[in-house]
Amino acid sequence: MTAYRYDYDVITQWIEPGEKVLDLGCGDGELLRHLMEVRQVQGYGVENDPDKLLGSVRNGVNVIQMDLEKGLVGLEDGFFDHVIMSLSLQAMHNTQGILREMLRVGREAVVSFPNFGYWRHRQSILNGRMPVSESLPHQWFNTPNVRFFTIADFDALCEINGIAVRERLAFDEGKLVLEEPNFLASVAVYRLGLER
Amino acid sequence: MIAPQSVGVVTPQRAEFTTPLALRGGGTLDSYHLIYETYGTLNAERSNAVLVCHALSGSHHVAGTYADAPHNVGWWDNLVGPGKPLDTRKFFVIGVNNLGGCYGSSGPNQINPATGKLWGADFPFVTVEDWVESQAHLADQLGIRRFAAVVGGSLGGMQAMSWALQYPERVGHVAVIAAAPKLTAQNIAFNEVARQAILTDPEFHGGHYYEHGVVPARGLKLARMVGHITYLSDDSMAEKFGRSLRHGRNTYSYDVEFEIESYLRYQGDKFAGYFDANTYLLTTKALDYFDPAFEYGGNLPAALARASADFLVVSFTTDWRFSPERSREIVYALLHNKRNVSYAEIDCPAGHDSFLLDETRYHKLLSAWFDRIEV
Repeated sequence: MTAYRYDYDVITQWIEPGEKVLDLGCGDGELLRHLMEVRQVQGYGVENDPDKLLGSVRNGVNVIQMDLEKGLVGLEDGFFDHVIMSLSLQAMHNTQGILREMLRVGREAVVSFPNFGYWRHRQSILNGRMPVSESLPHQWFNTPNVRFFTIADFDALCEINGIAVRERLAFDEGKLVLEEPNFLASVAVYRLGLER
Repeated sequence: MIAPQSVGVVTPQRAEFTTPLALRGGGTLDSYHLIYETYGTLNAERSNAVLVCHALSGSHHVAGTYADAPHNVGWWDNLVGPGKPLDTRKFFVIGVNNLGGCYGSSGPNQINPATGKLWGADFPFVTVEDWVESQAHLADQLGIRRFAAVVGGSLGGMQAMSWALQYPERVGHVAVIAAAPKLTAQNIAFNEVARQAILTDPEFHGGHYYEHGVVPARGLKLARMVGHITYLSDDSMAEKFGRSLRHGRNTYSYDVEFEIESYLRYQGDKFAGYFDANTYLLTTKALDYFDPAFEYGGNLPAALARASADFLVVSFTTDWRFSPERSREIVYALLHNKRNVSYAEIDCPAGHDSFLLDETRYHKLLSAWFDRIEV
């Protein structure tokens, strides 16, 4: 489950020691646990799945049960240094709403997602089957993903929503991709802010 | 892992206090006593004590049974014991009957040392803060400088929260379950209906009914009936009783027809048979008064700035008396202060009473949280 989460390393590099961090869809709190240990962050996870929430409590991570589809109501503007959403954006209906909320409560947002435009995924479609890969491990009939988008799609979305892409790193199953990321990368990690 | 067990037969104990206790409401108790029970063993470092605070009708009898009353099982027995979420192999657990209670601690049905007669209505008003202070004095007597945790549901959750504010250095962890930072107008309204039922009972006698050899049982019964409705959810009542008729048809009378009527009357009568009306009045007032943000102009985050404990806040989806929204207010206020806090909203159909049940997810969560506490 966690083998492909090399986005954690990138995210960790973007977090300064002692920051206030919110991790949306924190699962069993693995990333926050890591950030608490190596960055001494004051971290909070958000999770709506009772079993995952239990995992976070077992890991000694602060976790707040909340339905992200309803936004981050109750959290204060600009309270967090970074609001993270690791490989969960594609599983949300309210894509624009949550991005807006992340940049409301956080100074910066960190978002990672599987790139549906990855060449292997394109190849799979050309062969007539929905892609199943390391970054898209589910079958079409049991996937939690509800939004299917590419790096290029996400760039365009940021553009029309006034979201500044401050940094973007793309990976092909763990290896950094510098050229043609929309074709060659399976996962992208973004550092986002609001355009001034 | 072991199979959950009972703590077995327990014996209540009595602690005497001779240093006067100044109460928030202006009164003073020159001396008082508290009845309490303990489960498990206090370790050499005295670092494994957990205080369990009771709600409106609870008592010091949290877990186990009595030798002379084997069926009198503690009110939170499913939580406390070897192999249970609050595991007595690790923790030393304390239950205490609050001041003004009717289970043996100083209260309306106890002797007023100054007069040699029962206190009755003369027992002073007590608040959540007063209870916490008296509990701290009990901790002093037991040699407990700092609680590993203070835990409570409903009104007990308010005491747990108040512990974190009144004695931040004396409590490491706080679990606030099915509680609220203060009651809403609707919530106070239910309490007021209950109080009026008691106060207008002809046998109340201004609270000195003991001297007349009677109890305001009708008022107390009505109070409990109203309360009970608010502790259940619409769904749980529908599922349990629906519109079931005792005689299978309408009988056009005011005797019991619908099963829900039978249930409420039974619960009301039972309660009126053992609970004290003056304690009910005092305790509902303590609920109404609780509002730690009041002296901060209603600013709860400012009020909770004093807290340093790690919090667990739990609510139940069908609890409309202490709704999840109210618990979230506590969570956000703690978050504002960068305190460690986790929050779970348990999907349970049983309404406010859910906090007393051993619902699987709920108890797993409590187990996980207590397991993390280092003693």
